[in-house]
Order: sequence, then structure tokens, then C-alpha cells
Amino acid sequence: MRWLFLKDLQILRRSPLVTALLVVYPVAIAVLIGFALSRGPEKPRVAFVNQVPQGQPLFIGGQQFDLTGARSELCSRIDCIPVSSEQQARNMVQSGDALAALILPPDLINRLQSLGSLNPSQPVVRILVNEEDPVKARLVDDRIGSLVTQANLRISKKVTRVTATYLTLLLRGGSFNLLGQTLNVLGLENTQRIIEEARSQLPGNSPLGGALDKVITFARLARQNLDLANPLLSSIAHPIEVQKEVVSGSPPSLDAFAIAVAATVTLMFVTVLLVAGSLALEREENAFARLTRGLVSKWGLLGEKIGLGVAASVAVTLLMLAGLSLFVHIAWGRVLLILLAIVVGGAAFAAFGAAIGGAAREVRASSLLAFMISLPIAFISLIESGTVSPGLFDVIKVLRALFPFHAALDAMSGALDASGPAIGVSILHLAILVAAYAVLARLALRRFA
Amino acid sequence: MSGNGANGEVVIEARGLVKRFGEREALKSVSFEAHRGELLAVIGPNGAGKTTLLSILAGIRGPDAGSISRPPGEIGWVPQQAALYRRLTVAENLRLFARLEEVADTEAAVEAMLDQTALRERRDDQVGTLSGGNQQRVNIAIGLLARPAALLLDEPSAGLDPRQRERLWEFVLSLAGGGTTVVFSTHNISEAERYGQRLLVLADGEALFDGTSSSLHAAVPEAGARDFEEAFVAFLRDRGH
Repeated sequence: MRWLFLKDLQILRRSPLVTALLVVYPVAIAVLIGFALSRGPEKPRVAFVNQVPQGQPLFIGGQQFDLTGARSELCSRIDCIPVSSEQQARNMVQSGDALAALILPPDLINRLQSLGSLNPSQPVVRILVNEEDPVKARLVDDRIGSLVTQANLRISKKVTRVTATYLTLLLRGGSFNLLGQTLNVLGLENTQRIIEEARSQLPGNSPLGGALDKVITFARLARQNLDLANPLLSSIAHPIEVQKEVVSGSPPSLDAFAIAVAATVTLMFVTVLLVAGSLALEREENAFARLTRGLVSKWGLLGEKIGLGVAASVAVTLLMLAGLSLFVHIAWGRVLLILLAIVVGGAAFAAFGAAIGGAAREVRASSLLAFMISLPIAFISLIESGTVSPGLFDVIKVLRALFPFHAALDAMSGALDASGPAIGVSILHLAILVAAYAVLARLALRRFA
Repeated sequence: MSGNGANGEVVIEARGLVKRFGEREALKSVSFEAHRGELLAVIGPNGAGKTTLLSILAGIRGPDAGSISRPPGEIGWVPQQAALYRRLTVAENLRLFARLEEVADTEAAVEAMLDQTALRERRDDQVGTLSGGNQQRVNIAIGLLARPAALLLDEPSAGLDPRQRERLWEFVLSLAGGGTTVVFSTHNISEAERYGQRLLVLADGEALFDGTSSSLHAAVPEAGARDFEEAFVAFLRDRGH
């Protein structure tokens, strides 16, 4: 038994690619998982443009609002990136450096203070977002919605106190200042007492006209105060209004995006595995040398394998889309664009598969290699900008650019839905990848026979 | 090196072939000729350079130095391990390679090869289900599809039982009888003596002998070698191998 074990170790030692994969892959996965577990979810990066004049205090209903504390709390929930101008914030959102930008307008404090007055004016903050795809759009909406809800809760507590003051005034009476004039409010309790006295003492033509005048005045003021209650209640519900502006990306529907992801994953696995295995099989069947000694050029053989991959891509992906169309709407009117995305995406995956097959040289090794490379790349390609640190996302962007998955997903999203990403750039990107991986595959064939 | 005794039209001519793999010199200035209808056996110990020489003659590898003269596109090559698609049938394999060879009448060529290899009854069987001997016959048949003037066979009888070997050599002899030049490598010395009209002896990449088996026997300094194999071993020993 131990001799067999040693023999297997020797074989592994003589297969440096597989051995390296067996070592590197678990280490890479362990690092990724460990990194994810130890770091926890990244705080969303939000560019913060504060146009409110420095040092301006906020009073609501005569009470000072702790602006510094509010900002600290906000920035504990998000990664606030202070920027000096709206344009700078816009650029950060467009480039994906920030998930969104929060713009506090110059009149924010005045409008917030007005919430505690009899003429409330609803403050408005602006949000700039980059919605490259529907998953990111939903993420942005969830995060920003959560932040605004938190802020509204804090402010509504203050406004509620002011409202309570007015209600107490209505109940018990007292005085309040309006436009420099001190007005006395009788209050419901006093009114009740006076009316009860009037009722018990009124003999007929009683001279209690003065007291009745007070009741009449109270009734008028009560009506006015009740009129004020409506805007106050509105400001309690939503003290701050949010105006969202999408500065980049016009995401397709979530259904279309999900279909695009499913189609691209299918396209990737079918094509990469088929082409990698098929090319490696030429060597395992000893046919490669016979073919390439004059019957077929090496470029010709690669072209045939890529063609095989494209044909399989078209058949499998169209079949899958046809099956899906039983359950969800597929825009078959865009079938030419869909075909274009499948053909070019399939060609890129096929060239990628050919490079893997050429490097691995054995069917089983090429299948293993194809799985091990494709799966993490697909996961990485679905990470959204602004959800990880800029440095890490830069690495992800490079990986995305080097492998066909993300470009194929963009092409498929754009083909399936008019509101998806532009298809032209993705097609160009995929065409470049086809050429690059074909060259790599051709280099690998130099040591193939 | 002894001269050769073959006559007739030169089909393959190699001059000063050198092939290096890194520091190792696999072929050291090897020269020889092969004539029409001749059976030339390339023999030598393992690692002598036999397969390297045949792969250069077949055009799979290029030499680092030297030159080869051969009829363009008219050399058939049969690798040591059957270069066939095991999931395809005998006829499908023949048809595929006939098409790749751009044979004028594909179906006629397939039928001719089925007859020549006596595999007509197995035409629709997947190659993977055939015996090693039958796979080798299909392997050779593919090398003959384009009716080449010369056929290169790399260890054609390796792994075959005696009966299969016998049938294989009958087939090869019939090819040579029809005018096809056959260059084959083998480390089976008795097979080389029996079927090779001329022998090219390689050792460590060096061509030590080019001639008939009887002249090799005569070149052995030790008298009394009982058979050709002993004479061959004595020859190599005498040359320092």
C-alpha cells in the first residue's frame, strides 16, 4: 500500500501544474474566506459633500441638535469620504470609488430648524448613485434608505418634542411667542372649568359675556393650532426628503440580470470545459502530432476548437433561454444582439478553454483547472464597486478585465435588456480576449506533442 | 559506417541531421538514404534516437542542423502509439483522415483500406473496442490513405502478440512489394534481421552502421556469435556502447 502511495506522490511531483494548483488553490480560498470572515462586511464608501456653512448650530424647538454626534454616528455606519465639491463626488461615484455620494445643501440647517416652527420647510438632501446593475441598484437603495431612516428618526424625536409642547399648550394653556407677540392660550382644561362654572352659575341673561368671549377666542386659536398640526405631523413622518440621482449606469430589470447571469455561467462552464477537454483529448488520443504534421495547422486546430465552443455556446444558451422563456419574459425581438453576445462571449470562453487545455495537456487536469479558475473568477466578477476597499476593487477590476466572464455578462445583460449596459464596449473587450487567449493557447501548443 | 547495398530511386535522403534537447544531443550528424520499395530498419538500444529520427523525417520536428530530401506530402507516418479516435468507428476514423488528407475519392480510399487491413467486418466497431493489433492496423491504414511513396513506422509491432506481429509484417511486406518505401524503427533485433532489407544502427544519437544484416554480422570482431542478436550486442560493445 505505501509503495502505491509513494508512486502517486511521485506522479504528482512530475505534474507541476496540478501540484501547484493543489497547493495554491486551497491557500487562495483560505485567504479569501479568512479575509472575508475577519473583515466582516465592508462599510459602504460614501462621498460626503457638506455645503452647510461651518459652525452653524441647529436649534429645533429651542433645543440644540448635536450635529457633531449625528455626523459621527452616520460615519460609523458608512465610510464617509469628505470631498470638497459635488463634481468630485460625482467623479468618485462614476468611477466606482464610492457607492454613492451624499450632498448636504447650504440651506439644510435653516430648513431643519423650520421643522420646529409654525412654518416648516422640508429639508432636502441629494444622493448621487451608480447603478451599474440591478443588484448594485438594490444594494444602494437599501444602504441609503437605511441611513436616511436613521437620520429621520433622530430628527423626528426632536420634532416630536416640539409637537408635544404645542399639545401641552392646547391642553393646559399658557403663552407662546408668534412673530414677536406673546399670545395667551386658555387651554382645554381652563375652558372646561370656565364652561362648567358658566353652566352652573348662568341664571339666564347673565353678564358672563367676558368669559364667553375667552371661550370664543380659545376656539379660534384651537382651530389655528390644529391647522398647524398637519405640517408638523408630516415633518415627523419624513423630516428629510431625499432626491436620488443616478449618475452612472441604467440597470436592466432584476429578471433580465438574473437571466444574463445564468446564461453567462452556463456559457462559461459548457464552453471552457468542452474546449479545454477537446484540445487535451487530441493529445491523449495521440492524434495531435498526426494532425499537425501537415493535415491541419496549429492555428487551424485552435480555430476549429474555438468554433466548436461557439457552436456549443449558441446551442446550449439558446436552449436555456428558450426554456427560461416559459417562466419569464425574454426579449426575443433582440435576438440578433443576443446571438452576437453568445457568439463573441462563447468565442472568448472557448479561447480561454483552449489556453487551459493547451497548458494542462490532459483531459482530467484541464477539467479540474477549468473549474478551479472559472468559478472564483465568476464570483469575483459579481462583486460590486463601492462594497470593498478601493485597493481590493482595483485588483478585482484587473482580474475582471483579464477573464471573459464580466465582459460576457455585460454583453449578455445589454443584449437581453435595452436598459442594460452598452454592448459595444463589451464585445470589443471580448474580441481582444479572444485574440489574447488564442495566442496563449498557440504558445501552449509548442510543448503539446 | 558501412555503405548500403540498396539500389533504385532515392525516395528519402538525410544529410548530417542534428537534433538537440537542451544539453543532450539526440542525433549527431545522421545521414542515410532510403530507396523505392525498400524496407529500412532503424535499430538501436533505448534512447538511441530512433523515434527522434523518424519524427524529423515525418516533419513533426525540425532538425537543428542538416537537411532532408523527401517527396513533399508523400510520406505516411505511423506513430508508435495508435493515433486514433477511440470513440469513432474504424470507418469513421478512416473517413476523417481521408478527408483531412484531401483524398480525391474518400469512400473509395476507405473501402480500399478496409480491404487492405482485413477489417471490413469491424468497420462499424469503435476503435476503442479493437485489439491492440487491429488498432495498429487501422493506425497504419491511416498512414497509407494518401498512397504515400514512403511510410514511416515507429515501433509498429510493440505490444502485439506473435500472431498479430506476423499478420502485421505480412501487410507491411505487401506494401513494400507494391513499391512503397518503408522505414521502421524497432528494438526487436530478430524482427529487424528478418524484415529489414537494410539496417541503420543508431546508438546515443550516432549512426554506427548502415547496411545489410549479414554485413553487420560480418563486422562483429568477436567470432562465434551464436545469433544476430548476440552479434548486434557485440557490435555495440565494440563501438563503445
